[in-house]
Amino acid sequence: MDMQVAKKKLGLKEKYQVMTRGLDWEPSYQKKEDIYPYASYEGIKIHDWDKWEDPFRLTMDAYWKYQAEKERKLYAIIDAYAQNNGHLNVTDARYINTVKLFLTGVSPLEYMAHRGFAHAGRAFPGAGPRVACLMQSLDEIRHAQTQIHALSNFNKHYNGLHDFRHMHDRVWYLSVPKSFFDDAVTAGPFEFMVAIGFSFEYVLTNLLFVPFVSGAAYNGDMGTMTFGFSAQSDEARHMTLGLEVIKFILEQDPDNLPIVQRWIDKWTWRGYRVLTLVAMMMDYMLPKRTMSWKEAWEVYFEENGGALFKDLARYGITMPRCAETIALEKDHLSHQAWGTFYNYGAAAAFHTWVPEKEEMDWLAAKYPQSFDKYYRPRLEFWREQAAKGNRFYNKTLPMLCQTCQIPMLFTEPGDPTKICYREVDYQGSKYHFCSDHCKEIFEHEPEKYVQSWLPVHQIYQGSCFPEGTDPSAEGFDPLAAVLQYYHLEFGRDNLDFEGSEDQKNFDLWRGQATKNG
Amino acid sequence: MSTVFIALQANEDTRPIIEAIAADNPQARINEAPAMVKIDAEGRLTVRRASIEDRIGRGFDLQELHINLISLSGNIDETDDELTLSWHA
Ligand SMILES: [Fe+2]
Ligand SMILES: [Fe+2]
Repeated sequence: MDMQVAKKKLGLKEKYQVMTRGLDWEPSYQKKEDIYPYASYEGIKIHDWDKWEDPFRLTMDAYWKYQAEKERKLYAIIDAYAQNNGHLNVTDARYINTVKLFLTGVSPLEYMAHRGFAHAGRAFPGAGPRVACLMQSLDEIRHAQTQIHALSNFNKHYNGLHDFRHMHDRVWYLSVPKSFFDDAVTAGPFEFMVAIGFSFEYVLTNLLFVPFVSGAAYNGDMGTMTFGFSAQSDEARHMTLGLEVIKFILEQDPDNLPIVQRWIDKWTWRGYRVLTLVAMMMDYMLPKRTMSWKEAWEVYFEENGGALFKDLARYGITMPRCAETIALEKDHLSHQAWGTFYNYGAAAAFHTWVPEKEEMDWLAAKYPQSFDKYYRPRLEFWREQAAKGNRFYNKTLPMLCQTCQIPMLFTEPGDPTKICYREVDYQGSKYHFCSDHCKEIFEHEPEKYVQSWLPVHQIYQGSCFPEGTDPSAEGFDPLAAVLQYYHLEFGRDNLDFEGSEDQKNFDLWRGQATKNG
Repeated sequence: MSTVFIALQANEDTRPIIEAIAADNPQARINEAPAMVKIDAEGRLTVRRASIEDRIGRGFDLQELHINLISLSGNIDETDDELTLSWHA
């Protein structure tokens, strides 16, 4: 880039002052409480909003300039990638299943983040956080749009990407990311900022974007690499906002500490559970792997998050207690998740498979304590069965956790041979949980979580069939009806990668790209 | 002392920036990953405008960093001349 740097009239600090506080005004004929009705009900006490400052000191004029430059770079690359049939350069067609999961599971969350930050920004009485939330809200709609644009190129060639928005609101595993964000945007503005701005953006987002995007680059997907890094360039600012919000709230009043600590505990766990999908993507779905889930967790959470919580100790904040459970799960998470998707491969909008021998050796080297002992034998058994024509598809529906909405697939902390079940009786009904942490979250706000739209319950109640379906008809096939409701085409979008249309087409097209037909 | 980091895209815009950071922060470790570079440093890391300008031969606004920034950690302080990342503990 060749940017001209104009001679500055104001220094960074003065300009920030003028372009944030300087544009604010004191209301004269309306009461502040009426203008900002959500500013106090969560119990957070703020005495001086002017103490809040964006350390980057970014103002709207500079924001537009740099965002425009990012967009110019991004679209030039996306166009070139599409024109050049870049999709044929990915390692192998199994890779494309990661972008299917991303488009259906993550991109709609970008849009929800746009709405959430617009709402939080409107709710804060301070000019500083309002401007920062406005920028983040605009960033997030940019992320949603650029992801949809970039991935639409894959939709021209591969299955499972054709109706991502419809699927996001309906498909069983997509209720995990969807309900996570719906939970956050229906909280108050301060909790939303701690949930998304701090716990997700600051503590966990590196685990989603850095390995995923670096992995996309490593697997030859320049389109995804480009939108990923472009989004990530905004992320550094979001992380900073998340950290500043925490420090600001804690410095304002000592009564804020217990409220904030509870939110950090809750949202670190909620976010971590969503990252289950990322764990299996890193360990099983990328044909060429950059780092294991466990390694990424150690670098970005244990090391970096450890430094963060040590820094916040001066405010009395402690490392969320769930970190101990997570440490016990890190050898098992991705294997248990992929095993579940392999089971339910008939009801997923992407393909599943048993890893190849060299891939299993890689997993054994990365997970010496767990892979050969607990997970390789099961995968090898499935492979043998598939070779005999008995590819296993689970036809029953799993019990879901009331809080995180993930099937009860996780094992007891410290015992990978026993599934972890927890339950609570509340107002005459029994509720089920995957873990102590999800159970505690429910117990603190049962009024909220009894309302969960659990896909399995909804299927059994008959809410997930196309309109006009008669479940009492002769020969009624419930799975077929549910897939129709999802807009998921049986035999094209689902089942094993082996024998799929994606696999055949990719081989054919790549063959045509490398020799004369 | 905890580690701070800054991660940048690996491209022609960032090559002189990474060089400047390495020169100004002798404690920094440069880690290359596919398409990106992550720079770790014990306790503190400073990005200096003047060092970047020396290498690119034109004026540089530190906010241009945002274009190629991937991630960072630590408390941030930015002025016209320097961007600093640090942990208090
Ligand atoms: Fe985003
Ligand atoms: Fe759960």
